[in-house]
Amino acid sequence: MSTFLNKLRAAKLGSTLTLLALVLVWSTPTVGLLITSLRERDEAAASGWWTALFDPFNQVWSWESYQKAIDGGMLEALLNTIVISVPATILPLIIAANAAFAFTFIEFKGREVMFAALVALMVLPLQSALIPVLKGMVWLKKNVGIDIVGNFAAAWIMHAAFALPLAIYILRNFMMTLPTSLIEAARIDGASYYQIFWKLILPMSMPSIASFAIFQFLWVWNDYLIAFIFVGEQKSVMTYKLLRLIGQYGDGWQTVAAGSFIALIVPLMVFFGLQRYFVRGLTAGAVK
Amino acid sequence: MNDILFGIGAIILGIAASWGLYWVLDFLVRLLPAKTQERLRAFSFLLPALVLLILISVIPFFQTIVWSFFDKKGKEFIGVENYVTLFTDNNFLGILLNNFLWVAFVPVITVGFGLIAANLSNNVGPRREKIMKSLIFMPMSISFVSAATIWAYFYESPPPGRPQIGLLNAIVEAFGGEAQSWLLMDAGRLNSFFLMIVVVWLNAGFSMVMLSSAIKAVPEETIEAARIDGAGPFKIFTGVIIPQIRGTIMSVFITTVIGVMKIFDIVLAMTGGNFNTSVLGYEYYRLFFVESNIGGSAAVVSILCILIAPLMWLQIRTAKFQEEIR
Repeated sequence: MSTFLNKLRAAKLGSTLTLLALVLVWSTPTVGLLITSLRERDEAAASGWWTALFDPFNQVWSWESYQKAIDGGMLEALLNTIVISVPATILPLIIAANAAFAFTFIEFKGREVMFAALVALMVLPLQSALIPVLKGMVWLKKNVGIDIVGNFAAAWIMHAAFALPLAIYILRNFMMTLPTSLIEAARIDGASYYQIFWKLILPMSMPSIASFAIFQFLWVWNDYLIAFIFVGEQKSVMTYKLLRLIGQYGDGWQTVAAGSFIALIVPLMVFFGLQRYFVRGLTAGAVK
Repeated sequence: MNDILFGIGAIILGIAASWGLYWVLDFLVRLLPAKTQERLRAFSFLLPALVLLILISVIPFFQTIVWSFFDKKGKEFIGVENYVTLFTDNNFLGILLNNFLWVAFVPVITVGFGLIAANLSNNVGPRREKIMKSLIFMPMSISFVSAATIWAYFYESPPPGRPQIGLLNAIVEAFGGEAQSWLLMDAGRLNSFFLMIVVVWLNAGFSMVMLSSAIKAVPEETIEAARIDGAGPFKIFTGVIIPQIRGTIMSVFITTVIGVMKIFDIVLAMTGGNFNTSVLGYEYYRLFFVESNIGGSAAVVSILCILIAPLMWLQIRTAKFQEEIR
């Protein structure tokens, strides 16, 4: 028996060491950039970041590059990104929850076909719609005077539309696990479908809505293409700013590094704070 | 400051407006005679979603297909000329090759890594598992652009005579090798592989988390039975566990394939599509934003859609399958 336990312990140790090695490999590039963001400009150009790691007391550490990145507009970009991300998360979820309710609880003609089309839309590349929508918005501005393009609203609409198929799919899958007897009981009590949705189904679907919200939020936060095309330079988001910073390597790596970490703060907070829901959403099939 | 107020206002207004919109729709439907009401009830919940999808993705999609048969400005019909131009251009064939390499390598490696990491993490006890998993999973939450900076720095090769600050080159030099400009090495499309590593780094955690929870759901009895029959750990893994998690493996695989087909940001941020690293997603962007070629870029997207279409079919089938086992 003891040899079996020893074997088991050895297996556990072996697995731990191998996994530890993987974790090290996985984290090293990020750690490197983090250390660089905190170094002095001249030192960062004169020696690799690992020298600072092994000899931390002979280094000049400074916040200078963060100051520089902020002076370069990283803080405004942070605000712009928040203003884009929050509505672009909430809006599609409200619309998707309503649609998922119809798909789950209401019989109607063409339900199966529509749902199959929805699943097909899940894989449609975003690029297939960009130029026509952009032209359409420009046309609206010129001929009707509705000024969407170049404003946050354009990004909200795009993100909402492209989140819908997956959001509806996932919310419907969740709603199908809710007991139908509940809805029947509410119907008998005289509740309308409208009331049933807002008072019964929506609150009960919150776990699923929350985990999709985390996904959608990170997705929008990290997006470059939509923000670049529909909002652009004037109200630039962080990915946009960061890409411009990368274009100026001549300035040294620290500014880019600091900019990167300012862009990373919120996603990392969301990730480590809400990891449980995030994982739950993943295993429920919430994947872009 | 104004923008923040505007944003907060928009959020509150947006929620109120969408709530009101559904209320109005419900109200309108209820004005109708009972029978019509029955038939239209679903649409009082569906309409906003349908309008948005049709206006923002379905119609534009068909418009793009139509434009792919038009000239640079999208004004004059020129038949299949855009496609002929693309397929007779060696550059574009190279781009297709790159896309093929991405699809051939990244999903397989991602799934393979996920299996290894999932298996290891299931062996180390819950506390270690939690910490190590979240460190491998962390890249999933960051943007392609941030990942590109992190890895461009890792691959960095300063001009000759300057001190070595790129880690990969420092390691190579420590082993007596010579520093390289990794992202410029287009022989054998090596630089594309260096970009692929970044995407594997981003996606491996997702693969690991999915597969790890699938492995945990494998009934203990099946494993025990195999053990009593004298199967070793490897045999148990390949013969008992893998067949039972095949569904999850497939879904991770398909998800990664779809993601990789559309890959764009990484290429834009790391090489700008230069040195033979361009892919369809990037070529579309370049044709439209650099060359203002509407027809050409529409043709590139159409080709991308044709390549993705079989996956669409797979997706529908998987969805149906999930419904049946429910």
